[in-house]
Formats: sequence, C-alpha cells, structure tokens
Amino acid sequence: MSEIDFSFLDLVRQAVPGATIDTGDSRDMASAFVDREHLVDVCRTLRDHADLQFAFLADLTAVDRLPSSPRFEVVYQLACLGPAFGTGVARRFRLKVRLMNDDARLPTVSGIWPAADWAEREVFDLFGIDFTGHPDLRRVLLPDDWEGHPLRKDHPVQIRKDTSSWSPMQLTEAEFTANMKAAREHAARAARAIVGQRGQGD
Amino acid sequence: MATRTETLTVNMGPQHPSTHGVLRVVLELDGETVVSADPSIGFLHTGIEKTAEQKKWQQIVPLVERMDYLGPQSNSLGFCLSAERLLGIEDAIPERVQYIRVLIAELQRLSSHLVWFATHAMDIGAVSVMMWAFREREQLLNINEMVAGFRMFPSYFRIGGLREDLPRGYKEVVKAFLEKMPGKIDEYESMLTKNQIWIKRTKEIGYLTKEQTLALGLAGPMLRAVGVPYDVRKTFPYSKYETFEFDVPTRTEGDVFARYQVRMDEMRQSVRIGLQALERISPSGAYDCGDYRIVPPPKDRVYTEMEALIQHFLIYSQGFNVPKGDAYVPIEGPRGEQGFYLVSDGTNRPVRVKSRPPSFYAIQALAPMVVNGLIADVVAVIGSTDIVLGDADR
Repeated sequence: MSEIDFSFLDLVRQAVPGATIDTGDSRDMASAFVDREHLVDVCRTLRDHADLQFAFLADLTAVDRLPSSPRFEVVYQLACLGPAFGTGVARRFRLKVRLMNDDARLPTVSGIWPAADWAEREVFDLFGIDFTGHPDLRRVLLPDDWEGHPLRKDHPVQIRKDTSSWSPMQLTEAEFTANMKAAREHAARAARAIVGQRGQGD
Repeated sequence: MATRTETLTVNMGPQHPSTHGVLRVVLELDGETVVSADPSIGFLHTGIEKTAEQKKWQQIVPLVERMDYLGPQSNSLGFCLSAERLLGIEDAIPERVQYIRVLIAELQRLSSHLVWFATHAMDIGAVSVMMWAFREREQLLNINEMVAGFRMFPSYFRIGGLREDLPRGYKEVVKAFLEKMPGKIDEYESMLTKNQIWIKRTKEIGYLTKEQTLALGLAGPMLRAVGVPYDVRKTFPYSKYETFEFDVPTRTEGDVFARYQVRMDEMRQSVRIGLQALERISPSGAYDCGDYRIVPPPKDRVYTEMEALIQHFLIYSQGFNVPKGDAYVPIEGPRGEQGFYLVSDGTNRPVRVKSRPPSFYAIQALAPMVVNGLIADVVAVIGSTDIVLGDADR
C-alpha cells in the first residue's frame, strides 16, 4: 500500500493559523483531529482553497468512546473528486473533532455542505450531540417522543417499554375541521363549474 | 363573496406504493403546485448499527446485507473491504477472489437497476415494463440461489474472501444470462426511450444543478446525470476495477429523464464488466486469503484434521481480533458511493459500524427537486432518485 499523503494539511495550517491540526495514524486515508473552535474555518478552507476543493462531504457521523475521555468523536468523511469535477488531484480526507461528555456541542457545517443538514440531525438523534447554529435540529430516524440516544454506549441494547411511535400531524381539531371544510367546498365549486360548462355546451 | 385561498397539506405515505418502502412526505400544495415538501423517514429503522456493535466481526455480514435490501452484496462488499483494510490483509486477497467479487457486484447492480427500472416505470404508469424487468431479475435471484442457496441475502462475501467456491455450472449460467442481457435492455428501451408519454412525464422535472447535486452529497447516477463523471470504480479503484475496461456514462440535463438514461447505460457497462470478469475467473483456485486466523479452513480439512477443527471452532466461537484503528473504503454501489466506516478497539467486536447511506442523502435532496413542481411529478422524482428506505433508515 502506498504512503498516505498528509502534506496538503500544511495549506490548511497556513490558511487557518490558530487551528490545532493533529494527524493521527491512519490505515486508509489522511486523517486529522481539529479543535472545534476552528472547525468552521478549517472546513471552509478545505472546501474553497484552490488546491484542496473538498466539495463532497461523503458522510458525517460520530463515535462514542466511553469510558475514555474525551468521550465523543465527530467524524467528517471528505472527498475531492479530482478531474471528474474539473479539479486537481482526487483525494480523501477524514476530519475528526473530539468532544467532552459534559460539553457535547460543536458548530454546524450545514452552511458549508448542505449534505450535513440531515447527517447532523442523525448524530443529534442517535448520540445527543448538539450542533449549534443548525437550522432545524430535530430527530430524523426515531420518533419525536423517544427518550435517550441509542447509539451512546450507555444506552441499553434491549429495552421493553410502551412506545408511541406514531407521531400525529401537528393539527388542532379546529384546523382539521377547517381544512376538511375547505376541501369539500373546493370540490363542490369544481363540480358546479363542470356542470355549468356542460349546460352551455348543450 | 370574496374568494379565500389557502394552501392544502397532503400527507403522502408512509404506505404509498411509489415511495419504495415506507417514506412519508408532508406536501404543502397551492392548487397543484408543491409549495414545500418535508420528507419524514425512520419507519424502517431497525438499529442495525447498534446491533452490529454487539456482534463479532464476521457475524455482521448478514446484518449489513439487510440494510439496502436491493443491493445486499454491495453492502457486504463495502463492509468486507473496510474490515480487510483494518486487518491489513487487502493485499493478501487473491486476484481470483477479487474478480468473483467484481462479477457478483455487477450482477447486483443489474439486479438493483432492474427493480428501480420496474418500479419507476410502474409509478409513471407503464405497468407492463415491470413484468419484463422482473422476468430478468428473477433469473438473477436464481443465480444468487446457485451460489449461496439464498435468493435475496446470500452472505457470500466474507471478511478475507468468499464463503466457498463458485458452484459447478455457475459460469455457464451467468454467461448465457449476460449475453442475452443487452438485447433485453434494448427491448426495455424500445418501450420507453422514445415513448412520448414517458418523455413528457420525465423531461425537465426534478432538476438539480451540478453544484447543488454535489453539495447535497449525492453521488452515483444522480451526479452523473448532471455531467460529473465521478465513479468510485474509476476515481478510487478497489477490487482491481482499474484493470477492467468500461465507460462512465454521463448526461448533462440533470432531470428525471437524464437519470433514466444514465442508469440504462450503466446496465450495459455492467454487462461488459461482468463478461470480462467471467473470462478472468480461473476454473479452480483459491477462494479466500488462506489466513486461517480469519477465514475457517476448508470443510474437508475440518473433518479430518484436529488443528483445522480447532481453528474452525475458534473462529465461530471467539471470532478474531481486529487491530485498533478506523477505516472507510468507498465503493460504487447501485445508488452511488457506499461504504462502511468501521472503528475497532482491538477486540473481536467493533466499536462503531457506520454505513454511508446513499438513499439517506437522496431523500434529503427531495425537497429542492419537487418544490415549485406539480404534485403529479413528485412520484416521478421519487422514482428517479432510486431510494431504498431500508438503506436510509438502517
């Protein structure tokens, strides 16, 4: 297997001078830890820098490292598509952010890669990690009334409890009646219009 | 009396045949125009990723196959490649195994595209197309049955190789199928490609720009339909794909019809790759990496040698340890870039198994595609994204 190239990270270090970027050992692609204070700046550089152009966020997920501390790692899988997208070299890069258990929050990157929107919702849903500045941070896979975050290591594997997995449309009774009434009136108007046209034709 | 206008909220799904699983889309309509769309998923969430954390490495292969149930062997290929990278045995996998994997992955792509084609056409009203496509898919399921005795989820790929050798007569059956397939694809196209109803229902709807598609994390046929020739098989090759001759079909229109054309052309390329792989697979040879710490010894040795029996017992009771670290090896699944991010702490069970679900990102991109379009086009757009809810919900 060829050596993993970490040299492009120097471009990021130059562009975002204050950021701590630690390269870890990695078997498949370049990977680095970044501090969350500079996460957004680093991400924007990764996407926009002329020699980097990581325009494709392949996936965003988290890992729970309980009992070690810091407990959480949020993982960003990035790709630069290279000649396929009219840019230089095709590259892959894995960015990670470490988070403490009592302060599991980090800024959203959904403004940089819109793909992160639902992916961050999923991490919030399953790990309970808060993405500050996310436009619509609510559960995506589990029902709204679910308690707990199942992919945390301290979440029991088997729980037996009554679930109400059916989430109703958010309508009051009055709104529902009004909606039905409007639809009926609309149908009646349409029917009258058709009858009227026929009358003219005859 | 003054006319009062208001938007109408329509709940499409979760049990609607054209949502390809159980997807609910809350549509807000102004007359027939879609004002907003809010897809709601999770109805098929079965916690496979959580279950996988409790299992030993080799027990996860059947689990991941059940995520994307139309392309099961693409899932297990992605999982095995990532696990092999963690184990550091990717160079020890024999070429013969890689070619068999390529052949089966391409048959899987054909099978998945046939179901997409059948259901997509049926959604738009071309019901007889479905019968034709399912006829060929049935044969692909029979081929799966030959290799594993199981039609939908064969679990034939294993970490370190394959479960067993190809059965006798397999190559002849596959060869006959692949040689017949281009004619069948022509038949399918003769029903739709120049059909005015089909063109009117699919052209210039569900449009996305190149930048939007990439920013929304869509890869595969969706991205190739806007003119970006990104194919993991070419850009980040795996399993010796770099030695195969094939083209990456692209279109530039970015609408539902372009995605249809890309997938039809992809089926032809899959046949081409499959025939090349068939020629390269030698009649006999190794079907795993031969490292008996990871793959069980062959059955005839297990029944006759004590050491092989012990090794077999160890693998199926304790499993094997995977070195500490993490890996993500992307592959080109039927729906685009697919892959598994695996984290190991050095034991016989993973810390984290995360699939990269192409359908999840495709559903996220549904709203920008259908808003300001007509409600009748929503079904066509959903069909064109080729989503599988088992893949999105996991």
